[in-house]
Amino acid sequence: MKSCLVVDDSKIIRKVARRILEELNFDIQEAVDGQDALDNCKSAMPDVVLLDWNMPVMNGLDFLKALRKTEGGAEPVVVFCTTENDMSHISAAISAGADEYIMKPFDREIIESKFVQVGLL
Amino acid sequence: MRSEDFELISGLLKQRSGLILPADKVYLLESRLTPIAHKRGLETLDDLVNEVRLKRKEDLLVEITEAMTTNESFFFRDNKPFDLFKDTVMPQLIESRANQKRIRIWCAAASTGQEPYSLAIILKEMAAKLVGWKVEIVGTDISQQVLDKAKEGMFSQFEVQRGLPIQLLIKYFNQVGDLWQISDDIKTMVTYKMFNLLEPFSSLGSFDVIFCRNVLIYFDQPTKTQVLEKMRKLIPDDGTLFLGAAETVLGITDQFKPVQGQRGLYSTSNATDDLIGKLKAV
Ligand SMILES: C[S@@+](CC[C@H](N)C(=O)[O-])C[C@H]1O[C@@H](n2cnc3c(N)ncnc32)[C@H](O)[C@@H]1O
Repeated sequence: MKSCLVVDDSKIIRKVARRILEELNFDIQEAVDGQDALDNCKSAMPDVVLLDWNMPVMNGLDFLKALRKTEGGAEPVVVFCTTENDMSHISAAISAGADEYIMKPFDREIIESKFVQVGLL
Repeated sequence: MRSEDFELISGLLKQRSGLILPADKVYLLESRLTPIAHKRGLETLDDLVNEVRLKRKEDLLVEITEAMTTNESFFFRDNKPFDLFKDTVMPQLIESRANQKRIRIWCAAASTGQEPYSLAIILKEMAAKLVGWKVEIVGTDISQQVLDKAKEGMFSQFEVQRGLPIQLLIKYFNQVGDLWQISDDIKTMVTYKMFNLLEPFSSLGSFDVIFCRNVLIYFDQPTKTQVLEKMRKLIPDDGTLFLGAAETVLGITDQFKPVQGQRGLYSTSNATDDLIGKLKAV
């Protein structure tokens, strides 16, 4: 079973994402912001990170940059999942090493389609 | 809806577009045609059916036929056919058409354009191998409405997230408000034209590859056979055909055969073993 770290400051979003991803057979961990996510990754690298952008303490982009510099941090597939839906944000995320990008609102189909694209399903 | 009304409309649909509407789909007629009735100032669906029965005005019949088509499509739908197009069909054609340097591709149920544009993007990505080539993509559909949308190349956030890798969104789309428009250099690679698959195919010219995906499912068996056999006449022996995931030639025609192990890809029954070997490679 592959592990997925769901990073979002909204409890509701984490719950929705967890439900979808558990149905797709992922083992879910949750983090409430970028710093929490980084701590999580340092203790156990997940296979995938589903990542919000705007969060207190450390935002998604800063987390991603820090993750990619961490030992073993090049490995996880990182999929942004955010309301930031303009080209400049998308490009910045991809340049920083994100593998895919989901613009909210999302549903099961979009998550599934994106996970297929990055070879997780 | 009265059964004679259902029969009138479903008979009309079968005759005009090939659509088989089973009686348990009567709710589809109601939900899609009631708005047309209202738009025309008629109160109920019954009034609309009467209008059809009494006047048979062409524009109304066209509108009803279009409204009953299912136009759902996604970029790179099912992935595999597009991988096959890129990794086996195109390399094979680049070899076999090296003299003419000309390839024609037909999307026979193009809907809102996701399928032809996916092919155009693949061709653009392999442009280095196609310098000096003329590759044409023709997208046709019975519905003018979907073709207008295809030509505009404007897609919602939802549509660009189904099947389209983010790298390709960045590379080939421009953001216009809440929507995403495909770039002009991709758009100009596709020619759109209204065309009904029930008509004779003589006006279309010949093709090397036909995508006929997710449209035969709506037809009855004799219509499927007719369409596929007309298609066979448009492609040379080494041409290829792609069908949708729920479609097949088995039991429908023996003029095409599935390429073993390559789901969705069909060769003509006259294809050589050499060609089939190449289509199976990868
Ligand atoms: C479900 S879409 C398929 C789109 C695309 N090929 C795909 O697989 O994603 C089916 C399309 O077939 C078109 N269609 C239905 N009957 C047709 C006919 N008789 N001739 C041409 N197109 C037809 C509809 O208008 C609709 O856009």
